[in-house]
Amino acid sequence: MIETVLELFSDESGSVLGIILLLLAISTVVIYVKYPTRELKDRIKSWWYIVGFFIVGAMLNTTVAMFFFGILSYLALKEYFTLIPTRRTDRRVLFYAYLAIIPQFWFAGIEWYGMFIIWIPVFLFLLLPFRQILIGDTKGFLENTARVQWGLMMFVFGLSHLAYMITLDPVSANSVGGKELVLYLVLLTELNDILQYLWGKSIGKRKIVPKVSPNKTVEGFVGAFISITLLALLFSFLTPFLWYEALIAGMIISGAGFVGDVVISMVKRDIGVKDSGSMLPGHGGILDRVDSLIYTAPLFFHYVYYLYY
Amino acid sequence: MLKKLFFLCIIRPIVLLVTGVHVRGQNHLPKEGASIVVSNHNSHLDTMVLMSLYPLRRLPKVRPVAAFDYFMKNRVVAWFSQHVIGIIPLKRKVSKDEGHPFAPVHKALDVGETIILFPEGSRGEPEEMSPFKTGVAHLSKVYPDVPVIPIYIHGAGKALPKGEALFVPFIIDVVIGEALYNRDEDHKTFTKRLETAVNKLEQKYKEIV
Repeated sequence: MIETVLELFSDESGSVLGIILLLLAISTVVIYVKYPTRELKDRIKSWWYIVGFFIVGAMLNTTVAMFFFGILSYLALKEYFTLIPTRRTDRRVLFYAYLAIIPQFWFAGIEWYGMFIIWIPVFLFLLLPFRQILIGDTKGFLENTARVQWGLMMFVFGLSHLAYMITLDPVSANSVGGKELVLYLVLLTELNDILQYLWGKSIGKRKIVPKVSPNKTVEGFVGAFISITLLALLFSFLTPFLWYEALIAGMIISGAGFVGDVVISMVKRDIGVKDSGSMLPGHGGILDRVDSLIYTAPLFFHYVYYLYY
Repeated sequence: MLKKLFFLCIIRPIVLLVTGVHVRGQNHLPKEGASIVVSNHNSHLDTMVLMSLYPLRRLPKVRPVAAFDYFMKNRVVAWFSQHVIGIIPLKRKVSKDEGHPFAPVHKALDVGETIILFPEGSRGEPEEMSPFKTGVAHLSKVYPDVPVIPIYIHGAGKALPKGEALFVPFIIDVVIGEALYNRDEDHKTFTKRLETAVNKLEQKYKEIV
């Protein structure tokens, strides 16, 4: 056990995890000393839990990681299903949607790429309407099918790319593998969220999507976009990328992360809630935290997959 | 013992992990002593959710009041309800010669137990509240110092509605309100007050989300 932990901190990903923990510790001290508000304290406390769970869940062992991302997917989907309006007759359809998580992450775990990539977009897409025919509630069929399928695509299909990515082997003998790629992606995606907030707070003036997300600014977006592009280059030792490939990866992550964030805001606006849930004090629900990842994970995955696999 | 084990191994994991419960106003729940917990009722899950609000060591003293005709109808269910869940069976239709129907409830309150009651009397349609029956008012008049805790539960009726056996996970919200006491009010007034309290919690919940 101790050996696994030591091993964890001894390679490339280990040094980055070390940096993350150090940054977290510094932020905690700064918040408690300079800005001891309830919200910031809650938020940093939740960050400790997120980082802790991420290290234990995703970084130690590939099999554990499948369960970790599978559970994450389940929690996100459950939050979404709790938010959306559903008919009583939809309960069985929702039940199937939950069940679909298990094969999806199993396909990722055994690296069955073909099934992994069509299970939800093809099979579930065809199955869910069929199940509703058997129930026979015609009123609201289209709305319900669209809502459930969209949820599956976002919170199961989208997030499961993290699980598949972690199983990727190193491209060459002395190169890094899937674990490092996942760390790279998650780190940059989360930093993008934070930097958008910080840049926006300090120099933000012009609203970028006032109708959907009034707190987001052009300055915040551009600031984070440039910072993340540079950080993508800085952390490129976690990837097999050449320098220009890393720069493009940074742009993909920053741009897509922004869109993912705003898409979930759009869902919350549509339903009329402020936070998606309450699992993470200071952040809201799971959806409020994984929103950007839903967009960055599949896009970054296919970028890497196209270039190297 | 059986009760603690059943809740620890089966009910808590389902209620807290698979479904997920978000509690607001936990501080309104008395830490010890007799109390009467009252909530809206849409699902069998309601009882389990309310019992999960208490630490394991208090569980033996938390007793849901449940319909005799439903939970005592066959021997397996009756044994399970009484020995594992620890219900107090209450006859919904009273015949004159069997003594006071609330007698076992009085006995429980006398020894400092917490009673869970659903004054709607039945689970009814999902997420809809029916008018409260006056039982709690009668009960709290006899026990003017025992707090009556109003609670609003949202989402349990979606996860496991009446007449369905398939459990589908949704996050359940619980809002706990301030204690009420019946200081010699007549039954209608107190019942109205209690119903208003639960309705207000529902309003509060809808405002938060």
